[in-house]
Amino acid sequence: MTPVTSPPRGRAAGADGPPDGSGPGLEAEDVQAAFDAAVAADERIEPRDWMPDTYRSTLVRQIAQHAHSEIIGMQPEANWITRAPSLRRKAILMAKVQDEAGHGLYLYGAAETLGTSRDELLDKLHAGRQKYSSIFNYPTLTWADVGAIGWLVDGAAITNQVPLCRCSYGPYARAMVRICKEESFHQRQGYELLLALTRGTEAQRAMAQDAVDRWWWPSLMMFGPPDDESSHSAQSMAWKIKRHSNDELRQRFVDICVPQAEALGVTLPDPELRWNEERGHWDFGAIDWQEFREVLKGNGPCNEQRLHRRRTAHENGAWVREAAAAHAAKHTATHATGHTADHAADRTAADRDDRVEPAAAGPAQPNTAPDTAPDTAPDGAGAPSASRSTRSRA
Amino acid sequence: MTSPAPPAPATLPLGDDALILSHRLGEWAGHAPVLEEEVALANIALDLLGQARALYAGLSDLLGSEDEIAFLREERAFRNCQLTEQPNGDFAHTIVRQLFFSTYQQPLFAQLSPVLPLAAKAVRETAYHRDHAEQWTLRLGDGTEESHTRTQRAADTLWRYTGELFQPVEGLEVDWPGLAEEWHASIGDVFARAGLTVPAGPSEGAWSAGAGRQGLHTEPFGLLLAEMQHLHRSHPGAAW
Ligand SMILES: [Fe+2]
Ligand SMILES: [Fe+2]
Repeated sequence: MTPVTSPPRGRAAGADGPPDGSGPGLEAEDVQAAFDAAVAADERIEPRDWMPDTYRSTLVRQIAQHAHSEIIGMQPEANWITRAPSLRRKAILMAKVQDEAGHGLYLYGAAETLGTSRDELLDKLHAGRQKYSSIFNYPTLTWADVGAIGWLVDGAAITNQVPLCRCSYGPYARAMVRICKEESFHQRQGYELLLALTRGTEAQRAMAQDAVDRWWWPSLMMFGPPDDESSHSAQSMAWKIKRHSNDELRQRFVDICVPQAEALGVTLPDPELRWNEERGHWDFGAIDWQEFREVLKGNGPCNEQRLHRRRTAHENGAWVREAAAAHAAKHTATHATGHTADHAADRTAADRDDRVEPAAAGPAQPNTAPDTAPDTAPDGAGAPSASRSTRSRA
Repeated sequence: MTSPAPPAPATLPLGDDALILSHRLGEWAGHAPVLEEEVALANIALDLLGQARALYAGLSDLLGSEDEIAFLREERAFRNCQLTEQPNGDFAHTIVRQLFFSTYQQPLFAQLSPVLPLAAKAVRETAYHRDHAEQWTLRLGDGTEESHTRTQRAADTLWRYTGELFQPVEGLEVDWPGLAEEWHASIGDVFARAGLTVPAGPSEGAWSAGAGRQGLHTEPFGLLLAEMQHLHRSHPGAAW
């Protein structure tokens, strides 16, 4: 990966210049103007570029929450790995949960380019001082929930995240290119899992419908509060960290899902769902924002369980991390901590291509292509994981 | 190797080893000590699951589909060695189990690969698993007092399941004594470098020695199968 794709612009005076401070420093107004111009021109801000403190802190907050969601999101699905009803599904599910760990790694890496370490962010998550997506505070009660999560939750994530591939901050945008490719693969697999159920026995059909009934509304909540209540949106849109409003994205998602539900043979649990000729969109019923706020506050069905499990894994792993650090300290650089681990992570996506069969009959993901135009994929396109999704889509 | 393909059931123990150890490693998802190990343990689990499926595919004429083989056999019909079914324990326990198994599986697959329905890729995979386990054994054995204690305890606990690995499997043309010798030399070397002591106790249980290969398992295995098989068995004939 090339961390910097363009020469740094508008570096703060002396901050990154020669040690004697004699570099061509820029005045405060100049760097602000250079930043604003770059954002206006849809250029990427890179780690060494000057950026406003609030831009940096907004990004760290958003990337951290996203990274935390990836790793907490492993739990509800990992819940079914040991019970997957066929070896093919077991392989697909293990690979999916592994992908989410990989997404966590990319995102914590993107946050590191802003000067915030993974450890620091994990501590905040464990202390309950940073959030993760509330959707993962709902339980996976049956096997069909694995399909519903893939179809709806990964589907909503894609709708939210595809525009982030054009986010003004380079490392985040590039991470999102890689992630979106894998998420769209997950979405197709989830759809295909549900399709097998709706074409199966009576009991399997009932299982699929029940899962969709439980996951539909929480999925709509994933786009966040309605536009008139969303506190961070305006500034994020101005900075091009965010490109569409919550309500716009939610509508886009509903419009995508309705025909897919029909093709699946499941009913979406909303009696007010109907096509609005005038708007050219599907109308849908009112969301229970009271439930949203309760889950956000920590009163969802699994908030405590998810955080407890995360903390426990971290605490139980402390002696392992200490041992690796102690061993590394005793030896030379060739035995550096995490060498094997890095090797493992590198190997994941590259070698796994042929392991998981492609989803047979997932829906097309019409919103993926336009937003991941070539200009958004400078180094992400070279990611080995991309080839897996591409190959399986073929 | 010029020998003919081994009779089909001979490869069943190898498939069962891979399936059951993969299942155990899958239990780590969301529990690993560091994010990189979430990825690494899942990699190994996926490799092993792929091996199991390839080996089962070669048995379909005799035993049915891969899912029938995995989900519809009773405990006594499983031929995996007892080492692979042992619960995960702590990270050191999982690593030592993997070291013992991969140090066995890698040369075994290397010897058998010309006659097994496995791509050469499987041998490369096992070499990677072995390297991963060795690296971690070195870190843990030599890391802190606590990691050393935990790793030594894991080795002592698991040692009794290692003798079974070298019981000849009927129908597989393997130099079993040579395999055992190579294994002991390699484990001895890794342990020496990690500052660990090769256990002195018996490498076989007094009652159950060699029994996994004959379908005699340990208590945790029944629970593993109950969890793994229950959904599939709850919907007879359903497709997934
Ligand atoms: Fe993800
Ligand atoms: Fe995903």
